[in-house]
Amino acid sequence: MAARQHYGEKMNYLERTLMKMGTLVVQELEKSIEALKNQDVDLSQKIIDSDINVNEIETDINEQCLTLIAEEQPVARDLRVILNALKVSHGLERIGDNAVHIAKSTIKLSQEKYIKPLIDIPRMAEIAIGMLNDSLDALVNLDAEKAVEISKRDQLVDEIYSQVFRELITYMHEDPSKISQSMTFLFICRRLERVADQSTHICEGVVFVAKGESSELNP
Amino acid sequence: MEQKTGEKIKLQTKNMNLYYGNFHALKDVSIDIVQNKVTAFIGPSGCGKSSFLKSINRMNDLVDIARIEGTIFYDGIDVYKAYDVTELRKRIGMVFQKPNPFQMSVYDNIAYGPRVHGIKRKNALNEIVEKSLKAAALWEEVNDRLHESALGLSGGQQQRLCIARVLAVEPDVILMDEPTSALDPISTAKIEDLIYELKLEYTIVIVTHNMQQAGRISDTTAFFLLGEIIEVDATDKLFLNPKDKRTEDYITGRFG
Repeated sequence: MAARQHYGEKMNYLERTLMKMGTLVVQELEKSIEALKNQDVDLSQKIIDSDINVNEIETDINEQCLTLIAEEQPVARDLRVILNALKVSHGLERIGDNAVHIAKSTIKLSQEKYIKPLIDIPRMAEIAIGMLNDSLDALVNLDAEKAVEISKRDQLVDEIYSQVFRELITYMHEDPSKISQSMTFLFICRRLERVADQSTHICEGVVFVAKGESSELNP
Repeated sequence: MEQKTGEKIKLQTKNMNLYYGNFHALKDVSIDIVQNKVTAFIGPSGCGKSSFLKSINRMNDLVDIARIEGTIFYDGIDVYKAYDVTELRKRIGMVFQKPNPFQMSVYDNIAYGPRVHGIKRKNALNEIVEKSLKAAALWEEVNDRLHESALGLSGGQQQRLCIARVLAVEPDVILMDEPTSALDPISTAKIEDLIYELKLEYTIVIVTHNMQQAGRISDTTAFFLLGEIIEVDATDKLFLNPKDKRTEDYITGRFG
């Protein structure tokens, strides 16, 4: 039997809880884009209602980390895992808020016909959610090299964001009646751009846990 | 002997090997111990930490079957070739795991060393006793019972008395072999605070089984395993990001 088995079990449980939170947030985000595309008010409301689950897991993770620090005096990689779990859970909670924001926008736009077919927003969402998913994978496997690779996709999300930004400004210039909806889409894009940034933060966390080095992957 | 950073190396061993009969207790130990820093040795029981400590001030001379190869330099001088053992142990004092006051008064415990080294004048001895007890953060607690038996002091006070006894002969280096393992948390905290103060004037080498203690008080930590130094680094680095898997397993307690 390995020494301090119960301690190892608590550390494993923390990591499992974090992954459960990650999976939940990815699902909520995917649903929010699905609901946006289909102008699905019911699904949007479900996303808003279930945000409390994400918040509860964050509280649970905070408590687990505090208990581990207080009772087990973690050092080395264990300590890095715990510090990182606090940061990542906070980041995931923010990403969950983004899903809620998108769901609220969908409800707001539910009675309007979209000014244009949604192409770039789902594309941006796909890349950002892909980054989130892969960064969580890299975290499970402590794959620092993969984390660095994933973070590079943030550039692409930023480019699409700028492009959509310009496009929507043009719409607003041409037809002031489209300003309200354009602004809503713009805010949605901003949220997705933040998801990519948050995913990059998770990648930085992977490097920190795996190598003990602080890095700035999105300078 | 200067390092690049301008830190002075107080003690240095080069490829030091220690044998007890056929048992190879220390294997090619090379380490620099920097002046006015606290260096902590950690590692499982029987890994050679205490043996290393005892080699530094030649306490292993007392063990018939002990044999040493390699060199130990103190201020650049080979302690096994160029030092008189009494002089060496005056310069390099030692504090042990269990407080071991002599069966005499508090005062005489402190005055013992200076007397052996030839100080007889009452005033001079009084001064040394007061100064040493103050430096060991014990003066306030014992100044009204200097002439009572030291055995009446609490465990924590006895240990600080032993530190004061070391300080009385004006050493340069203090070796501490698990100095707080027999003490309660409050006495431990007092000794740790004391170590923090003492490093301004002395170089301290401490063996501890308490990893948090090493983390709290030392500047450098060395991890011993089976007679070898596996890793030595700045304490914050060693505890946040150890390079060797064996160090990580040991400090996280997953060893074994």
